[in-house]
Amino acid sequence: MIGKLEAIAKKIRIETLKSLTAAKSGHTGGSLGLADVFTVLYFHQMRHNPSMPDWENRDRLILSIGHVAPVLYSSLALSGYFPIDELQSLRKLNSRLQGHPGRNHGLPGLELSAGSLGQGLSVAVGMALAAKHKNQQHNIYCITGDGELQEGSIWEAAMSAGHFHLDNLITLIDRNGVQIDGSTEDVMALEPLDKKWEAFGWDVFHCDGNNIADLIKTYNKAIKKKGKPKVIIAKTIMGKGVSEIEGNYKWHGKAPNKKELEVFLKYLS
Amino acid sequence: MQNRGKISTKVGFGKGLKNAAYSNENLIVLGSDITTSVGVNIFVEKFPDRFYSLGIAEQNTVGVAAGMALSGLIPVFSTYAVFSSMRTLDQIRISLCYNNLNVIIGGAHAGISVGPDGATHQALEDIAALRALPNITIISACDATQTEIATMKAISEINGPVYIRFGREPIPDFTSKNQKFEIGKAQIILNGGDVAIIATGSLVWESITAANYLEKKGIKARVLNIHTIKPLDIESIIKAANECGALVTAEEHQITGGLGSAVAEVVVKNNPIPIEMVGMPDCFGESGEANELMEKYKMNSNAIVDAVIKVIERKKL
Repeated sequence: MIGKLEAIAKKIRIETLKSLTAAKSGHTGGSLGLADVFTVLYFHQMRHNPSMPDWENRDRLILSIGHVAPVLYSSLALSGYFPIDELQSLRKLNSRLQGHPGRNHGLPGLELSAGSLGQGLSVAVGMALAAKHKNQQHNIYCITGDGELQEGSIWEAAMSAGHFHLDNLITLIDRNGVQIDGSTEDVMALEPLDKKWEAFGWDVFHCDGNNIADLIKTYNKAIKKKGKPKVIIAKTIMGKGVSEIEGNYKWHGKAPNKKELEVFLKYLS
Repeated sequence: MQNRGKISTKVGFGKGLKNAAYSNENLIVLGSDITTSVGVNIFVEKFPDRFYSLGIAEQNTVGVAAGMALSGLIPVFSTYAVFSSMRTLDQIRISLCYNNLNVIIGGAHAGISVGPDGATHQALEDIAALRALPNITIISACDATQTEIATMKAISEINGPVYIRFGREPIPDFTSKNQKFEIGKAQIILNGGDVAIIATGSLVWESITAANYLEKKGIKARVLNIHTIKPLDIESIIKAANECGALVTAEEHQITGGLGSAVAEVVVKNNPIPIEMVGMPDCFGESGEANELMEKYKMNSNAIVDAVIKVIERKKL
């Protein structure tokens, strides 16, 4: 199973890179770094049905960091929500694949229009609270960045999730340690992250966000624990899979050109 | 037009929520610590299981409302208008408007008439801030009865976010319980032809008072109640401009970006006639009693009369 998922993660990386090159702009580093997390969520963890995107009992993925939209789009396309070819329309005029996700363009499988940091977790809290209110059993999966945690509204959301004991909410922090101006700890220190989330009433888990087996194990552990919202601090490498991009924050908001793409695709195969 | 006594429009909002809740089990209220002072306590007492307290955290509350709306509920988020419209502006823009979600935003204590609390709590920029956002509906009804009807209609009829603005100070309650009320359609309260007073919220009654005074002076004013600022009833405004040849706008809000600006946008494109604007003159308010402030900052019937006389002079030129 792990081997199969690793192969999917590679496909997601390839499609993500190809779409970014076609778009000529976009966020490559974060998108590649999250390919393993998206693989585990869309191809293992979440209950969802691409032929029924509005199925009421589906698990929801709320992507708070809208700028890594390319990895979300690749995952949705490979899951079967829309044709893989459409990934080439990323960021183009009249496309359903907006630079940051926009539901008004009608892309199936998209749960939220997002792009302004610090808002997604609140929406996920609202969904988790609504599911409790309606006595529904599905889970809400949220993905936040680490730099994004500098937004104050994240902590308002964290406080409210703890207050309502939303154990149907599992948030993953993409802890790649970098943001546009450099290291998160230099720009505005976040540590000790685990203690902060614990203090806000969350169960905290750590994992290697680029290790499929570890991600599956950690999500399983998190799902089984009841009574509190859960946060997984997933250590990832920005640009994972392409050594030239790995850990290099210059690739945060840049797309590969055609030449670079050729080289990168070779690394991946 | 009979004044049945003074009632705060926030009471209308609370009653509207309670009435709507009987027929709509998806209606949920989110609290921001001040449930009683923003009128939603009327709902909470009746439906405690459909109320969630989110604390003093307005930005998160808007996001939570978005998540609930995406899950098929109709959340109501109500707090002081200064916070519900402006502290949360980015959340309203992206999480509510861009996603086009059915969320009711209550803008309580709107206007300068909140009085002694002073400038920090006097929402005079909320319409300007929200009016530029696509997909939002903005309602500013003229009395408690109309606020009640508008709230119920917003919940049952409107797709997308709705901002409902209301005040704390009791004001004359005069519109009929059986009135014809359509969101987006202005009400013609008086049908004169010398000048049109285009008013919203608490200044509609003041406009009627001004019109009655002017009639004795031989000036017949039309009074238009713009209870929906967005979408604006362009047709009624053009008709008033064409038939009256001069306009006065009146609002308890900054002139910059408010109803006056919205009306001017319509008039300059169609029939550029003289307009005078009654509203806050690009400054902050201060502490004082409501009537003192309305007089000092020229947002009452006296100010409307002065503006009418001025605009009729300009019309003659």
